[in-house]
Amino acid sequence: MKTKLVNHFRTFLKYQNLLKELVIRDIKVRYRKSVLGLLWTVLNPLLMMIVITIVFSTIFKQSIPNFPIYYLAGSLIFSFNSESTSNALYSIIGNASLIKKVYIPKYLFPLSKIVSGLVNLGFSLIAMFIVMFITNTPFYSTLLLLPIPIAYVFVFSTGLGLILAAATVFFRDIAHFYGVFILAWTYFTPIFYPVSILPEAAMKVMKLNPMYHYINYFRDLVLHGIFPSLRENLLCAIISLVSLILGVFVFYRKQDRFVLYI
Amino acid sequence: MAAMIELDNVSMMFNLSTERVDNIKEYVIRLLKKELFFKEFWALRNISFKIEKGDSLGVVGLNGSGKSTLLKVVAGILKPTTGKVIVRGSVAPLIELGAGFDADLSARENIFLNGAILGYSREYMEDKFDDIISFAELQDFIDVPIKNFSSGMTARLGFAIATMNIPDVLIVDEVLAVGDYKFQEKSFARMESIIRSGATVMFVSHSVEQVKKMCNKALWLDHGEVKMFGDANEVCEAYSNQ
Repeated sequence: MKTKLVNHFRTFLKYQNLLKELVIRDIKVRYRKSVLGLLWTVLNPLLMMIVITIVFSTIFKQSIPNFPIYYLAGSLIFSFNSESTSNALYSIIGNASLIKKVYIPKYLFPLSKIVSGLVNLGFSLIAMFIVMFITNTPFYSTLLLLPIPIAYVFVFSTGLGLILAAATVFFRDIAHFYGVFILAWTYFTPIFYPVSILPEAAMKVMKLNPMYHYINYFRDLVLHGIFPSLRENLLCAIISLVSLILGVFVFYRKQDRFVLYI
Repeated sequence: MAAMIELDNVSMMFNLSTERVDNIKEYVIRLLKKELFFKEFWALRNISFKIEKGDSLGVVGLNGSGKSTLLKVVAGILKPTTGKVIVRGSVAPLIELGAGFDADLSARENIFLNGAILGYSREYMEDKFDDIISFAELQDFIDVPIKNFSSGMTARLGFAIATMNIPDVLIVDEVLAVGDYKFQEKSFARMESIIRSGATVMFVSHSVEQVKKMCNKALWLDHGEVKMFGDANEVCEAYSNQ
């Protein structure tokens, strides 16, 4: 058992460089041939924020004091999860030619998509800081704790991404379904509306939405300068770990059969 | 001394459903009709052999006899349905040249990506970079995206990367037919020098002559089973006289 774990760790170290190369490839290919290149990772959330602010800020003026930041904080965390898991979903079937020809630990493909998402999030955070500066939002010291919720979401997305990548190999339907699911998930997460508008029944369901907890956590740090309670921390950590354990379990059980189905 | 490649009773089963079931509706229908995992196909049956360090093994057999499947099992790409495969040391698979290339990236970027796929660090690849480019004769195309390469150029680059250093085990699947005759000679020479330097080689070919020239041992596969295993000349004789 112990030697097995040591071996796993050794292969991880050996292929750590490949993980890096895959992430670099992802980012390079995404922005190849675009004039502004990487700048788009910063511009994209900014432009989206402007659109959403124009559309929704009048509706929720009373209940959300700092709408641009409220929106950005929510949407950055949400799209980190939604984009990276959507990409992870295609990561195994998309690399079929490679998986059939060379031996590579297969979890590297979904994992590399989540890491690319993380890099993107890093750039998008710059956009948020710029807007905070322009709108005179106070910079609380709790901002230094932002890596904590990001780590929670990273672990959560990795687990979800592993499950999606494995399941899509056997059922391509999932690829079509997940797009709709993400749309529904977007509306069911308080990204551009306050939870106070929800009826009590909906609020109960909302508490089952992992993204709701992560976004709340993130907003507490950015907007309110509060460090969430131990209970919230435990809750977030447990959701993430459950996702990761499930993901690793499903992926490892199915990975040897991938090559026969792609 | 332990054998470099050791196969113990390896069998590989494929599920040959006429149409691949990859959507849920089909799956449920077939599950109800109980025709889901129906047609079994054994590409390899009870294969056992050992090869020692420095041996070079040629694998011969007709089309569909399981040669490529065997290589993929040894390379770790396919996991055998039953049985055990042990390969000691580093493996360089030459199963399809340029398999890990990304068409949108340049030759330079692909060298680092492909190196990483084989498990080498960036610094190591930087050291080998010039060798690879000059062996592949691509000095003028370093920063051109691979999608603009001819198939010969891609294969040359793939070969140069895969054989840039001497692996413990080299696995080759009929790739020597790349490029023009000059490059074929060059790649042949490199393979021979790898064999001479003590690497263990496993080599699939339709050409009995090539196997006789390069290998000291041979394995004759027939419908997924070992028909003969032993000295390369003897096996090749038997195979061509069948």
